[in-house]
Amino acid sequence: MQAFTKLEGLVVPLDRANVDTDAIIPKQFLKSIKRTGYGPFLFDEWRYEDVGQPEMDCSNRPIRKDFVLNQARFKGAKIMLARENFGCGSSREHAPWAIVDYGVSCVIAPSFADIFYNNCFKNGILPVVLSDAEMDVLFAETEANEGYKLSVDLAAQTVTTPSGQVFNFEVDDFRKHCLFNGLDDIGLTLQQADKIKAYEAKRKVDAPWLFA
Amino acid sequence: MAKTLFEKVWSQHVVNENDDGSVLLYIDRQLVHEVTSPQAFEGLRIAGRKPWRTSASVATPDHNVPTTGLEHGITDPVAKTQVEALDSNCEEFGITEFKMGDIRQGIVHVVGPEQGLVLPGMTVVCGDSHTSTHGALAAIATGIGTSEVEHVLATQTLIQQKPTLMRINVSGDLPEGITGKDVALYIIGKIGTAGGTGYAIEFAGSAIEALSMEGRMTLCNMTIEAGARCGMVAVDDKTIAYVKGRPFSPTGEVWDKAEAAWRKLYSDADARFDKEVHLNAADIVPQVSWGTSPEMVMPITGSTPDLSDAKDDVQREGWTRAFEYMGLNENTPMQDITVDKVFIGSCTNARIEDFRAAASIAKGYKVADNIKLAMVVPGSGLVKAQAEAEGLDKIFMDAGFEWRAPGCSMCLAMNADRLGAGERCASTSNRNFEGRQGAGGRTHLVSPAMAAAAAIKGHFVDIRDWNAKA
Ligand code: SF4
Repeated sequence: MQAFTKLEGLVVPLDRANVDTDAIIPKQFLKSIKRTGYGPFLFDEWRYEDVGQPEMDCSNRPIRKDFVLNQARFKGAKIMLARENFGCGSSREHAPWAIVDYGVSCVIAPSFADIFYNNCFKNGILPVVLSDAEMDVLFAETEANEGYKLSVDLAAQTVTTPSGQVFNFEVDDFRKHCLFNGLDDIGLTLQQADKIKAYEAKRKVDAPWLFA
Repeated sequence: MAKTLFEKVWSQHVVNENDDGSVLLYIDRQLVHEVTSPQAFEGLRIAGRKPWRTSASVATPDHNVPTTGLEHGITDPVAKTQVEALDSNCEEFGITEFKMGDIRQGIVHVVGPEQGLVLPGMTVVCGDSHTSTHGALAAIATGIGTSEVEHVLATQTLIQQKPTLMRINVSGDLPEGITGKDVALYIIGKIGTAGGTGYAIEFAGSAIEALSMEGRMTLCNMTIEAGARCGMVAVDDKTIAYVKGRPFSPTGEVWDKAEAAWRKLYSDADARFDKEVHLNAADIVPQVSWGTSPEMVMPITGSTPDLSDAKDDVQREGWTRAFEYMGLNENTPMQDITVDKVFIGSCTNARIEDFRAAASIAKGYKVADNIKLAMVVPGSGLVKAQAEAEGLDKIFMDAGFEWRAPGCSMCLAMNADRLGAGERCASTSNRNFEGRQGAGGRTHLVSPAMAAAAAIKGHFVDIRDWNAKA
């Protein structure tokens, strides 16, 4: 997994609440058995006039000009602003795969759906929670200033605006550690293999029906 | 110390408490389907890892499988590749699979309880958000992403933070015609789609106790639509009776021991929750969603909202966008909304009781002329067989419904079953998101009886009037 330490990048504002995973990556793309290649289909229904199909060439598809991702000033964004309950709906990890494949590796919102939030950390994406008031500031500044960039520092747990305003965010230690170092948590868990075996041995006696 | 139901099950599964307050939680059962597993198996292969305990996982294809023309197999080549990948992965890693053509195949969340693969007090995961369904059996059941599917395959554990706990008490008696689906939609309408975020929810109270096991599954299924990690209902006689005699349930002495342990799975009288919600069953009217989020829901006696009633600008914009997408206006009576298609199925409502309820409405009637398609899709091959043994398939077909083979079908429209742009559907599924049932499709979530009645009348009607007439 890609480590996340510091990021300075262009910001794209997605000013909608309850953006669900069906919107982030529609279901026809879930038929793929790969982890990559979802970026061109991120927000497919909002981005294009036609209906996307897996593996199609997106370069000549008719686009919806008013959708933010299609506006020239937001091309190449690495950071996305969103509203409450971002990533609600299904558990599909295709949603963070599409976001990271598109080139965004930090999403800032007032709240995230649980499973999506968790999935982000497994894929090198930092989800940052800021208050509604702080989000309003960021949305307003992004709209007002072309080329608006933020810098995000995971170690310091800060988001800094071009004018030097600093917002702090929370992130739990274990997730931070893994994301910061790009660690595969299966390997970490397997270091506790003896404990898992000991647990199983005891459990087989107490609750044998679980091991039939 | 007094414990909640959740805490009892949780504490039995802690392998290790990590320094940062998270725990390594043991997972008893993983259900696997074709959409969220290929990359996990690929991950195992690349790392040269084997499943920790193959017997803990059971697979079945559901999302992509066709519901008609099964004799031709899967005609969509991409879907076919995915289902075949599941077959070959299960074979390679030694995981039990109910394949297409096996009568036990179906939607994972219908198959799990039906087979006794999910037992009270278990920890259950699946790469699917509606894993919350299994909490009806007093299991901690959560949806996970593909990386975690791989983690569970490789280690039989997950790293978890303990959620905060909420209890939703629904007291009193449910009025005639009110189902688990209406209770679920009503709750989401009250607490919102983010109302449960960070919580494990326990459903309690006399109205919940009165629900059948299948009704409880419908309710727990939709806990994820309230944003919660999982939903649970305590063990009672109904739970025990439901589990008994299922293919993977224990028998003999082990059963006796298990039953004794399961009987302890309830919240102690003085157990503490971080939040309690109290609702009255008597207030619940049949529910119909009007918008593009499950919290955009109304009683059938009501009308779509007035924009001036929105709590803030974000909500007002959300409603405006939903009206536009749904092709509806403010203050439209719910009963005036006509539909084009009807879908009775999904892991929320494709069990035998759902079909009995829908068939009891459809019996002796014909689907209205304006309905282009009304389809009934069983949750599993066994549900299908049971319904056919009871003659329900005949009732549906005589009324003009199509009777299909099991799968997710038009719940998420990954197979050929989908809405066209602008088509309006009365659906017993769980999500009314934009494009969920097909690009541009418009979904209204309802109970099976309400869906059947909408098919007969061509528009939404109050099922309680129907009962009064019948
Ligand atoms: S029926 Fe629908 S919600 Fe349930 S598992 Fe299938 S696609 Fe998901």
